[in-house]
Amino acid sequence: MYTANRKRLQKLTDCTSKASKHFNRYEIECLIKLFYTLLEETAEKQSSIGIDRNAFRNFLHTTFGMTDDMIMDRVFRAFDKDNDGFVNVTEWISGLCIFLRGNLEERTKYCFEVYDLNGDGFISREEMFHMLKNSLLKQPSEEDPDEGIKDLVDITLKKMDHDHDGKLSFADYETSVKEEALLLEAFGPCLPDTKLLKKLFNPKKKVPKGTMRHHS
Amino acid sequence: MHGEICYLIVKPHDCDSICLTCSTAGIFVNGGIDNEAEEIDYERHSEIYKDLVTFLREKSAKFSENMSKQQHSFFGDKKKGKKKSTSVTEKEEVCTLSKPSLALEKSPSEKRRTLKKLEPVLKWTCPVTQEKKNSAKESQDEKSTPSITEKPKSTSPPTLAGKPQSLSRCKSSVKIEDLVSESSSESEEDEEQPDHRQEGQTDLPSEYWQIQKLVKYLKGGNQTATVIALCSMRDFNLTLETCQLAIRDVGGLEVLINLLDTDEVKCKIGSLKILKEISHNSQIRRAIVDLGGLPIMVKILDSPDKNLKCLAAETIANVANFRRARRTVRQHGGIKKLVELLDYAQSKTDPMHHHCLYETKDVEVARCGALALWSCSKSHINKEAIRKAGGIPLLARLLKSSHQNMLIPVVGTLQECASEERYRAAIKAERIIENLVKNLSSENEVLQEHCAMAIYQCAEDKETRDLVRQHGGLKPLATLLNNTDNKERLAAVTGAIWKCAICKENVTKFREYKAIETLVGLLTDQPEEVLVNVVGALGECCQEHENRVIIRKCGGIQPLVNLLVGTNQALLVNVTKAVGACAAEPENMMIIDRLDGVRLLWSLLKNPHPDVKASAAWALCPCIENAKDAGEMVRSFVGGLELVVNLLKSENKEVLASVCAAITNIAKDQENLAVITDHGVVPLLSKLANTNNDKLRWHLAEAISRCCMWGRNRIAFGEHKAVAPLVRYLKSKDTNVHRATAQALYQLSEDANNCITMHENGAVRLLLDMVGSPDEVLQEAAAGCISNIRRLALATEKAKYS
Repeated sequence: MYTANRKRLQKLTDCTSKASKHFNRYEIECLIKLFYTLLEETAEKQSSIGIDRNAFRNFLHTTFGMTDDMIMDRVFRAFDKDNDGFVNVTEWISGLCIFLRGNLEERTKYCFEVYDLNGDGFISREEMFHMLKNSLLKQPSEEDPDEGIKDLVDITLKKMDHDHDGKLSFADYETSVKEEALLLEAFGPCLPDTKLLKKLFNPKKKVPKGTMRHHS
Repeated sequence: MHGEICYLIVKPHDCDSICLTCSTAGIFVNGGIDNEAEEIDYERHSEIYKDLVTFLREKSAKFSENMSKQQHSFFGDKKKGKKKSTSVTEKEEVCTLSKPSLALEKSPSEKRRTLKKLEPVLKWTCPVTQEKKNSAKESQDEKSTPSITEKPKSTSPPTLAGKPQSLSRCKSSVKIEDLVSESSSESEEDEEQPDHRQEGQTDLPSEYWQIQKLVKYLKGGNQTATVIALCSMRDFNLTLETCQLAIRDVGGLEVLINLLDTDEVKCKIGSLKILKEISHNSQIRRAIVDLGGLPIMVKILDSPDKNLKCLAAETIANVANFRRARRTVRQHGGIKKLVELLDYAQSKTDPMHHHCLYETKDVEVARCGALALWSCSKSHINKEAIRKAGGIPLLARLLKSSHQNMLIPVVGTLQECASEERYRAAIKAERIIENLVKNLSSENEVLQEHCAMAIYQCAEDKETRDLVRQHGGLKPLATLLNNTDNKERLAAVTGAIWKCAICKENVTKFREYKAIETLVGLLTDQPEEVLVNVVGALGECCQEHENRVIIRKCGGIQPLVNLLVGTNQALLVNVTKAVGACAAEPENMMIIDRLDGVRLLWSLLKNPHPDVKASAAWALCPCIENAKDAGEMVRSFVGGLELVVNLLKSENKEVLASVCAAITNIAKDQENLAVITDHGVVPLLSKLANTNNDKLRWHLAEAISRCCMWGRNRIAFGEHKAVAPLVRYLKSKDTNVHRATAQALYQLSEDANNCITMHENGAVRLLLDMVGSPDEVLQEAAAGCISNIRRLALATEKAKYS
């Protein structure tokens, strides 16, 4: 266990808790402790910058059961705002803020970022194809296995492309999600499964008042 | 090729291929196909058989054996068979033989069809007139007889005072159905009807193919693809039957239900959203239940996700619209879970800051739970299950809220359940009446309707009637009478008024609110559901003198008498009661007589339904009592007296009691008494004497005592052994019976033989007790009877010793 200086921990907690609206102090402390645990477990170089890509993906996999490599990669990118290849504490907290408890608006932005593979502000047909590539079971009798995927992409585009420009802008995406919340993760699971959320906080800890009640 | 319908190649198990021609005259073997020329030799080479089955029975022993094993009914001309069970590999197309009208699919000119290898068609398109459809996809064991497998429970016997009229959505003829335990108060239009596929799928709409494609993705996709396909499917107009059935036909229902069984929340949500929409279709509902969808949905009610709970509950609400579904829900513990959902809407005093978010969601959960319970509560056993699961206090609590959307299903459930007596006790305890009354003043018409309906159900009970008045419910009810546009609501309101009017104080209030005049106004131009209740209410009001006067003054008697010619049984019962009640006033009676009302009542004695007969007979009593020249009037009805006397042969106790009462009145006139004696009233009355029914005893004794006052009837009663049973009546607990019996015995005791019989049967001791009764009539009659017996005894003694 990284023996963080108690005071340092306090200071860190203080500045990050102001930034994040969805967690209380206690929860932030837990998350920070978790961060350092991960850091220690994986980094050979004991770098104090942050968690690297592999460690992060590991974390996603073990805690949230995510399996899609591409998506996990994109999630890492979304967390790593300064693009230095590491997720530091601040990025960790603010990322998890949205990841675990974001409201619809925050999550919509986040997901769009994840899905917009080249970061140009649009989700293009090719990007969609890329993400949906493995979503259909390949039938042995099918002549063109990609046909189904192309069709799916068409269907999605028809449903979500409100300005009819052949690609999804953020506005398109946002409108679609407002209409139908299920489309938030239309191209792959990039948010945690609600069932597994409870594992994150030690069950012995008291669940603060602000959290969802009927979540048993 | 005249009259020929089609050509078949049949290959039974144990014979060679046979080429047949089907024609309007029957089936026969033709000359076969010449493969090279690809032509059929049309010559007949065999006898003509009636139809294909007969032919095959002849030709193939195996077929015949299999056929006899079948349990399906064999419709003469139409061929019907379960595809799975026949082992004959028939390469043929479906044809209904000797019915050239269906020639659209097969016409002799389409020779090329018959020459190709015909493949078995998966769907059997059978004409709609058949009772049951077969389809390869349909479950084989669908029995459409409402099988009464549970033990019948008996509820209260049908009340005489008119049954409530069946409203289109609500109870159908009531209590009789409730005797069968697994009954529903839903009118049986939604019972298991035969499923019929579209006839001749000529052109499938494009939606069909698109839906088929989507279902393919559902089957073969991962969670992401599934969610996309589900969302896309909702873009179709799922209220159209073609889309709904398309989903079913391509196997979509199985996939959707399988998705419910997975762990993936998003898939479940997406699937439920679709199922919720399409389950408005009755065929889809049945299919869902057949595929085992209900237990899975019930399990989903346990999920922590509120969205899921709501969707599952709403879907269950849609599906549970027929008997089998409701039973399935209960059998899988669904009722208990649904009742738990009602517990969600916490009270508003919760100060959490997140509360407002949760409140709306919680209210939604409770609302969906109530919706589902409403659907389920239409089944008799489920009503009990809801109560046992603690549903009433929760419903009562929800009733206090102000969310109208939630109130409607809550009140709807209460109203369904309030037909059970045990519920009424609990309803009183939970102060539900207060809230029902409060919501009568809501703006939402549907809510008003259901509140009125609930009050109508509950007001069977005296305490409730008082509660309604105490909580100020009578005024809004009276006010709602003025709005006649919404007929369902009007029926509910009038029903509630009717039942409340059974209580005298309520009637006084109604009079204050001028409800009686309004009710009279509703006697014309209203649908039957409304009329039954209006007349019922007036009948109750007319128990009081002032109201009888009011009815006369606002011209209510004519429309009432006009209604005597209807055919609606419940209405007739109420009308006769009302007319009878009105007839207690001599002035009213004059009007009734003038309008020929008595004759109409009399002819109702011929009505097949015993309730109507009895009610008419009861009504005749005051008519005869209060009419001028009653004797003349009665005599003027041709065959009337004979009719009445013959009614004494009925087996229905109520009819008998009422007829006896009528006879009592008729017999006041000597001439008429003579006539009915001629018609054999004495033996008929005597035959009835052996009864334990107090009501019958009462009126029978009265009739006997009247009839004694003619000719040798007294002696005749003795001869017909009426006396001894009468003595036994004195042992009853009912003072009315005592009074009437004492009078009868007094009259009978004028004859010596009767005195002996009475003495032998120990009448004296019983009568002695009654001499001390506070009832004067009873006193006198008892004393008179004893004195007659005593006098006879003295005379006998004297004769002995002289």
